[in-house]
Amino acid sequence: MAKEMMYGEAIATAIIEEMQRDPSVVFYGQNMGMTERDPMLKMFGKDRIRITPISETAELGVAVGAAMTGLRPIVELWMSEFMLVAFDQVLNEAPRLRYMSGGQVKVPVVFKAGYGFAAGWAGQHSNCTYHLFMGTPGLKVALPSTPADAKGLMKAAIRDDNPVVFLQHFLLTLEKGVVPDGDHVIPFGVGDVKRTGTDVTIVATGWMVQKSLNAAERLANEGINAEVIDPRTLAPLDVDTIVRSVKKTGRLVLVDQAPRHASVAIQIAGEVAEHGFSYLKAPVRLVTAADTPVPFSEPLEKFVLPNEEKIVQAVKSVLSRHATAV
Amino acid sequence: MKASQQLGKERLTWMWTQMVRVREFEERVKRTFVEHPGVIRGHTHLGDGAEASIVGALATRTDGDPVMPSYRCHGYPIVLGTPPQNLMAELYGRRDGICKGFGGSMHLADPARDFPGATGIIGAGIAHAAGAALTAQVKRTGQVVYSFFGDGASKQGAFHESLNIAAVWKLPVVFILENNEYQAYTHVSLEDANCAAGEPLSKKAQAYSIPGATVDGTDPLAVYDEVKKAVDRAREGQGPSLIESKFYRFSAHGNAITVPPVPTQFPKHESIEVYGRKAEYEAARNNDPITKFRNKLIGEGVLAEAQATEIDNRARAEMDDAVRFALASPPPQPEDALKYVFA
Repeated sequence: MAKEMMYGEAIATAIIEEMQRDPSVVFYGQNMGMTERDPMLKMFGKDRIRITPISETAELGVAVGAAMTGLRPIVELWMSEFMLVAFDQVLNEAPRLRYMSGGQVKVPVVFKAGYGFAAGWAGQHSNCTYHLFMGTPGLKVALPSTPADAKGLMKAAIRDDNPVVFLQHFLLTLEKGVVPDGDHVIPFGVGDVKRTGTDVTIVATGWMVQKSLNAAERLANEGINAEVIDPRTLAPLDVDTIVRSVKKTGRLVLVDQAPRHASVAIQIAGEVAEHGFSYLKAPVRLVTAADTPVPFSEPLEKFVLPNEEKIVQAVKSVLSRHATAV
Repeated sequence: MKASQQLGKERLTWMWTQMVRVREFEERVKRTFVEHPGVIRGHTHLGDGAEASIVGALATRTDGDPVMPSYRCHGYPIVLGTPPQNLMAELYGRRDGICKGFGGSMHLADPARDFPGATGIIGAGIAHAAGAALTAQVKRTGQVVYSFFGDGASKQGAFHESLNIAAVWKLPVVFILENNEYQAYTHVSLEDANCAAGEPLSKKAQAYSIPGATVDGTDPLAVYDEVKKAVDRAREGQGPSLIESKFYRFSAHGNAITVPPVPTQFPKHESIEVYGRKAEYEAARNNDPITKFRNKLIGEGVLAEAQATEIDNRARAEMDDAVRFALASPPPQPEDALKYVFA
C-alpha cells in the first residue's frame, strides 16, 4: 500500500510511526509543541515532545548525553546553519564518543534540519552545509530528494545506532510523491537510479535531482539518453552505483547546489577518478553553485545557483566530440 | 543533624580508602613520566587535591546513578570500581586499556560501571550530563546524574545553556563545579566575574533560579552533606542544583606540551611557574585533604594508625601492580584502528 503525500508530511509520518514503535524515541526543538493543541504533543505527551530554549549547544549536547544513556533523540534544528552554533557537539562529540570509548558507547541521535532555502533567505539561512558534515568519520549524512526517500531515510536515521545529520531541502517541502505505507526503511549507502539512460550519467542530490530529471527529459527530446542517480546519503556514499553507471555511459556530470570547492561533486569526481577513470570517454563536468555566499536579491541568487539550463549545457559539452575541461 | 553524621565507621573508612587510592593512582601516573619517558603520549591531567571532593560527592551515590566528569577524569572510575590496571593501561595506550587504547587520559569511559564517558572539550560534558538526566526523567529510572566540571568550564556556553535547560525541565542532575582556582594556566580571579567581584562562583545558580552552594572541597564530609541535599532534591523531582566545591589542584594543569621526540614531564604548578606564588602553593599543600581526613578519623577513633598505614600500603601495592600490568600489556593491533567508527 502507498499513498501520495508531501515531502514534509512524509518526514513527519516517519517520525510519528517510529515514536509509536519505539518509546525511547524523543523529539524536541525550538518553537515546537508550544500549546496543548499540538497534535504530536497530544499523541506522545510532554516527556517525549519538548520545546527548547534557543540553546543549540544544550539542545545537541543534551541529545548526545541522552543517546549515550538509552534514548533515541531527534533534534529539530529547523535550519542547518543553526548546527554551526554548536559544531563541537555535531562534529567533535557525537561522532567521536563511540570510537574514543573503544566501542563501549553508542550515540543514536538524529540532527534534523532544513537547508538550501534559495528563496531570498540570503547569506546565513540558505546554504548547502552538507560538505561540512560528510568528512567526519562516525557521522552519517542523509539528503532525501523525494517524499518516499524522505520517509525511508528518516526511519533508517532513527533506527541507526550512530549520529545522523538528516537534511531536508526547504524547497521540496510541498513536493508530492507516492510514499509506501508502514515500514518503508531505506538503507544508508544505497544510491537510487532515478532515471535509466545510456549516454551520460548525471549525479545529483536534493533539489537538484528534479532539475536533473527535467534536464534529462529535455535532452531526451534531442535524442540524448541520460541516467540520473541520487546517492541519497553522502556518508556513507554509494560509489559503486555511480561507477557502475559510468562504466555503462562513459560520461559524468555532477550537479551540486553547494559551492564547487570541497563539494559533494568534487568528492564524487575524486572517487570516479580513482575507481572509474578508464571508463571515462570525456572529462567529468561539474555543475555547482559559484564559490560565493548566497546573495539576497533574486537575480543575484539565480546567477550563482545551478539550474536546468546549466545541466543541459554540461551534458551537451561532455557528449561533444571534443569535450574538454573548463 | 547533618547527613554525614550518620555515616558509620565502615563507610568513613571506605571514603578515606578511596581518597588514598585516587591519590596513589595520580602519583603513579605522574611518576611514569619520569620513570618511563615516552610511555604516556599526549596530554594528561591529574586530580590530586580533588580527592575529598570526588569521594565526598560520590559517597552520596545510589547504584546506577551516572557519573559524567570532565577530561580530568581518572579519579571517578577508581571510586566507581574500574580496575586501576585497565585505567593505567589506557593511559599507556595499551590493548588492555579500559577503552582499548582508543581514548587515553582525557576520554575514559566505563559505561558498565555508570561512567558513560568523558569528553576532552571543556564544558561539553555538562550538556551530556543534562542529557543523561533527560534519559532518567523520560524513562523514570529514579537515577540522579552527577556532573563534574572545573571553574573554567563554568564560563562556557554549554554550562549556561545546560543549567537553564535543566532548570526549565527540572532534570535530575547535580552540577558540581570543582573550583581548583586555576583555569588551565589562568587564575580564576582573572577570568571569572563572580570571583573578580569577590563573590563565590555558586552565585551563577541564581541566574537559573536553582539552589547554589559553596562548600569546602577539602572536607569530604562537608562535600557529602551539600551534595546529598542536592541529590535528594533532584531525586524527588525538584530539579538541579549547583555546588561549588573549593579545593586546590596540586599538580600543574597537565604535562608540558612538547613536540616529540622531546620528552614531556609535569612542570611545577602554575602558582609557582607562572605567578611566582610559592607561599600560596605551600599553604595549599599543608591543607592536604587526605592528611586532614586521616587525622580526623584517627582523632575520632574511627581509624587506627596501623589500619591507616595498611590502607596506604595496600593502595601503593595496588597502583604498583597497575603500572606493572599496564607496562606488560601489549600495544593494540594497528589494523584495529578501523573498528568502532560506527556501531
